[in-house]
Parts: sequence; structure tokens; C-alpha cells
Amino acid sequence: MPRTHRPENPRVLWHLVSFALVFGCWEIAGRWPISVAFPPFSQTVLALLRMLADGSLPKAYLSTLQPLVIGVILCGIAGIGFGIGMGLSRAVEWFTLPVFIILQAAPMAAIIPLITYIYGIGLTAKVLAVVFLAAPVVVMNSYKGIRNTNPSLIQMCRAFLGTRSQEVVKIILPHAGALIFAGLRLGLAMGFIGVVIAELLITPTGIGDLITYHSSVADYPEMFAAVASIILIASLTIHGLERLERRLFPPELRGSS
Amino acid sequence: MSADAIVEVAGVGKTYEGRVQALVDVSLGFPSGKLSTLLGPSGCGKTTLLKIIGGLIPATTGEVWVKGRKVEGPGPERAFVFQDFALLPWATVLRNVAFGLELRGVPTAEREEIARQQIVEVGLAGFESTYPHQLSGGMRQRVGLARALAVDADIILMDEPFSSVDEQTRRKFQEELLDLLRRKQKTVIFVTHSIEEAAYLSDRIVLLSPRPGTVSKIIQPNIARGQRSADEIRRDKNYLDAVDEIWQILRRYVA
Amino acid sequence: MRLFGRRIPVGFSLAFWFIVWELVGRARLSTIVPPVSRIVMAGITILPSEKFMKAAGISLRSFAIGMGLALVLGIPVGVLMARVEGIGRVLGMWVNIFVSAPISALVPILMGVIGIGETTVVVTVFLFAVFVIILDTQVGVRNANRSLVEMARSFGARRLQIHTKVLALSALPEILTGVRLAAIRGVKGVVIGQLLVAIIGVGELFELYSKHFLMEEFWSLVILVFLFAYLVSEAIASLERRVEYYASTR
Repeated sequence: MPRTHRPENPRVLWHLVSFALVFGCWEIAGRWPISVAFPPFSQTVLALLRMLADGSLPKAYLSTLQPLVIGVILCGIAGIGFGIGMGLSRAVEWFTLPVFIILQAAPMAAIIPLITYIYGIGLTAKVLAVVFLAAPVVVMNSYKGIRNTNPSLIQMCRAFLGTRSQEVVKIILPHAGALIFAGLRLGLAMGFIGVVIAELLITPTGIGDLITYHSSVADYPEMFAAVASIILIASLTIHGLERLERRLFPPELRGSS
Repeated sequence: MSADAIVEVAGVGKTYEGRVQALVDVSLGFPSGKLSTLLGPSGCGKTTLLKIIGGLIPATTGEVWVKGRKVEGPGPERAFVFQDFALLPWATVLRNVAFGLELRGVPTAEREEIARQQIVEVGLAGFESTYPHQLSGGMRQRVGLARALAVDADIILMDEPFSSVDEQTRRKFQEELLDLLRRKQKTVIFVTHSIEEAAYLSDRIVLLSPRPGTVSKIIQPNIARGQRSADEIRRDKNYLDAVDEIWQILRRYVA
Repeated sequence: MRLFGRRIPVGFSLAFWFIVWELVGRARLSTIVPPVSRIVMAGITILPSEKFMKAAGISLRSFAIGMGLALVLGIPVGVLMARVEGIGRVLGMWVNIFVSAPISALVPILMGVIGIGETTVVVTVFLFAVFVIILDTQVGVRNANRSLVEMARSFGARRLQIHTKVLALSALPEILTGVRLAAIRGVKGVVIGQLLVAIIGVGELFELYSKHFLMEEFWSLVILVFLFAYLVSEAIASLERRVEYYASTR
């Protein structure tokens, strides 16, 4: 049976209900309280506003976003390039695919202590943490995008006497675009995880510093506000990229392979 | 309406999402023991009508009566054969054929016994423990037919059962279907978009007009089938006349 | 890849990389890259040690309990979200947020609320794993072949029968995909949780080895953990391939 089409308003309404429910439970759990280290929602919001007003939160993000942005851009250039190379060349694929299959499943966070050891506690170490976590998924998605090209389109291109470079530029790359972009989005999600771990584990800077500091002096509302803010920012960025992805590569133009 | 109508459709209409009118005021009787075809251009609502008779979707207006009882949902006196076969991919042929009985709580031994008979009946003996993905399209639809026969319903509703089957298989299947139905004395309501298929199989052809679908004409080909072979029927004058008559009506509907 | 006209299996490229690693290690190009042979030797000596066994035991237990909880809770919630519109709409947004959010940021909160110990790691594993299970279960049940549901209804199936005999199995391939992704995340959860908590299990060993510059031990531990993650995901993937046809449309 066809689903009845619903107007936009009830969706917003459902989101409001959803927010109210979750934040309500949080408030009740905080007031009960289930733990001294668990502040209610209202106090967390107030703490968030305080940290916005005194500038500590914006300042923290200025330093947190640095390694994240640098790392993701590095992955974007090198990772996508490498993934495309893997998809186009059998030799590159043979040498590197098994490595990346393992790395994609591997808990890369395990080598963060090592990164700290070599590169110390500066920006380089944090950028590397982001790169190590984000690169596997970026590379693998680019590779899969190239490899999943509809074979009958490639045959069509050959039948009309297309050269190999035309095949790559006119068929394979446009076809792979959506998956490559999705890889970048997943890479960013991993990058957020990486930067948070790096800031908690390597040296407390930026948002990691806020979390660690407020936790150590038992300012739990501030600590919760810092955690909530990074989750909020990560979700908003990723959601934004998702929308952009749907805009740039609408499903009806992707074609099925 | 004939007194021996086993299925009666009274003033049925269907409107989707409050806007799209699929069917308008369809009234029809389907005689017992006969094969009736619903035929029409694509989008005329023939599958919708069949699913309303099957109780799978509710009518917006009007009613359907089966054996004197109003249709409120699916019932044991009707069995459905699906266009896309609708076989459980994780179940063997045997379990798929017995599935209707399984849902009714028939004990395993009994339902498998019945299923085995029906598998032989549709010519799939030896494939009992095969899985659907290992079968060809034609064989899969035989499983679908056997499943419908296994629940021993009086009425079999077939929704374009041969449309995903290649032409040669389809012809063979049509011949066997006629043979089978002659022996079983079932009432069949059959949806198709093939004129030849409708003329070849049917005792009665209901022509539907394009959206919103409504009954355009009822044709009774009156082909003397008796013991005649398929090839003789396809050269029968009444068969050829029926094909021609249907096409003369339908060609007006084709854009 | 072909060499002298013969196909060389893909797995052999790993051997190639290990040889490169060995050579780099022997050339002493970098202090952090010891030769593979020495790493393997170190692995052989630490494997039976009591310290490693204890750490591995704690880590495996945290992983198993966290994953178990995620399965037991995630699958029913996913089914409910797909079948009951209100639940799907209320929870959908949160599942989507937390499936890609940096869960690692929640670990300091867990440390504050639950304390510094095994439970925190268990909860970390659970949080890493549960959302992707919910999401994939929901997608699986939603995408379950509609025509099969209609077929079951036409033969008089009741609601419960539709769920147990059609939906559950039709969604199985997607649910297993969710479980595989969850297991991969779960292993990451153990490692990240233990690194942040820093005093238990494998995480403690990682800290210990890197602080004391025991590179051979460190790398052998990394390889063991990577191998574990890979084997777990491959085991579930092989299960997935066996039920792939459950989702076939015809």
C-alpha cells in the first residue's frame, strides 16, 4: 500500500516531541540525582551559555578544529587520490587492498600512544591521529566507487571507441563521485573521534582540555556542556554534508550499477 | 448478474491518497468454475481490483462478496498467485509450497504430504529441497501456483503470473494451467496485459478502461476447448475473432 | 596481479609488506620500527605471560558483555522503530546523531558517573556498537520484501506470524551487516575506552609498552588486536554471505 505523503510540519513536530522527551528524561535523571557527576539538562544549558559568553568555548574550538580540518583535508587529497589509483590500477590494488581491508576494521586508536611518543604533544601528533583514523574509510570508499562502475557503461564507452582516459574521465569518475563524497563524510566522522581522543589522550588542548579540566575540578555542568557541544557540532557538520551529498548526487542521477 | 456468481463486485471504487482515482464504480460477477480474465491497458487498476477481491487492500467505495459473504480481508476460500512470485528466499520449495498451511497451523507431516502432491501436480517433482534462487523464473512461478493449490481454495487469484516468465515457458505453462484447472474445477480470476493470453485462457474476458478503471466490455470467446490441442485452439476462428475484437477496443485506449 | 604469467593470490601482498618492514627494521632507519621477526619473537614471549592473559581476558570480557547488551537491546529497538511509527520518529533522530557522533567524547562522562573501571569500558563498547545495530535492523525490517508480507497476509497470517516467519528472516542480512559493523566498532570501543581509562586491560599494556619504549612488544600487541578485529569481522561476514539470498527479491 502506498504511504500517504505527509506535509513538512508534523516532522518538525515529531522532532520537538523527541527533543522534549529526551531532554525531559535527562532533566529528571539529573535532579533525582542518579550521580553527583550527572547534572540536569537545564544546568548543562546554563553552563553552555556561560562558556559561550566568557569566550572559553569558542577559543577551545579554534584550537580543536585546526588538527581536524588539516587532517581531513590531507585525507581528502591523498586518500581520495590513493583510492582512485587503487581502483584504476590492478598492481596498486594487489599491493595495497589487503592492507586497507585490515586497517578499515582495525582499532587505529591503539597506535595513538606511539604517535605521541614520536611527534610529541604538538599539532603534528593530533593531525596524525585524525589522519590515521580517517584515512582507511576515505581510501576504501574511493576505491569502491571506482570499482562499482556499471560495467555495461564501460562496455558502451568502448563500443563507441572511447579511449581509456575518456572512460575514466567521462564514465568512471562521475559514477564514483557519490561514493567518494560519502567516504569523505565518513572520514570526517572518524576525524571527530580522532581529534577527541587525541585531545584527551595526547595533551589536553581545546575541547579536550575543557572536558578534562572541568571534570578534574568537578564542574560537571561545564564538562557536560563541552561534551554536548562537540557531539552537537559533529552531528550538525555531518548532517550538513549529508544534505549536500544528496543535493550534489541525487539518487535518480546516480544510476544503479 | 448470474445466479451462480461465486464472487460479486458491487460498485467498487478505489482512490489512492485522496487524489488518484484507480477504479470507479466497478460491478461484476465472476461465475463459479470458470476462468475470468481482467484485461486492460497498463495503469487501469486491474491489479488493484484483484487485490481488493483478495482482501489485501480495502476498497474506497462499494463491496465485494465471496460465496455470499462480504470480504473484510483475506480468507481461506481465496488463494493468491503473485506477479513477483513472493517466495520465501530462505525456505525450500517444499516449505514454500506448504507455507499457506503452515500459517494455518496444519501439522508438519500433514502439510508436507499435501505439498509434495502439489509439487508433483505442477511438475516440480525432485525439486522439493531446492531453494528459490536456484530455480528459473518459470519454475519459481510453478512453486507459487503449487502454494495456492495446496491450501485448496475454491478461488484462485492470479496477478500477471506469467509476466516475468519468458515467452516459450509461458506458452507451455498456459497449456498446463488449462489442463490443471479443467481437472480441479477451480474458479480463477486472472490479471494479464496480454491479449493472446486472455483469449487463449479465458471463458470470460473483462475489459477495463484506462484510469480511472471501469468495466468497458465483457467478452465471452466461446472457444470449444474439449480435448483439442493448444495449436488447434490457436487456429480456432472464435479465438482469432476474440483477439481481434479485444484489440479493436483496446487500440483506442493506447496513446 | 600476475608475475611471469602466473596469478599470485592477493593475500601474498601482505607477505611483501612484512618483508619490506623486516628490511626497514634491520636497516635501523627508525627506532620505532623494529624488524618483524623480532616483533613476532616478542609476541611469542608475551602471549603466554600472565600479564597479557589477564589483560586479554578483561578486554574480551568487556567486549563480549558490551556487544551482548548491544544485541539484546539494539535488535528489538530497531524492529520496534521500523514497525511502530511513533517510536521510529521519536528515536530516529537520536540514533542518527549517535551513529556518527564521536562517542569517545562520552567516555570522560562515563568515568565520572560510573567510575574508573571495567563497567565504564563495557558501557563504552555498548555505546559504540548499539546505534549501528538499531539503524541496520530498522532498515532491514523496513526494506523487507513487501510482496512477501502481502503474500503471508493473503494466506491468512496473523501479525505475530508476519513478524516471526517473514520480517525477521527477510531482515536478517541487514541485521548481520549491522552486527558486523557493531563488532568492528566494539573492538574500537574496548581499545579507546581502555586507553582513556588507562589502568585496565589491553589499554594499560599499550600505555606501558609505549612509555617504556618496548617497541617490539607494542607492535606485537597492535598486530594481535588488529588481527582480532579482522577475524571477528570476517567471521560475521562469512555468516552474512551465507544468508545473503534471504533478501533476494524473487
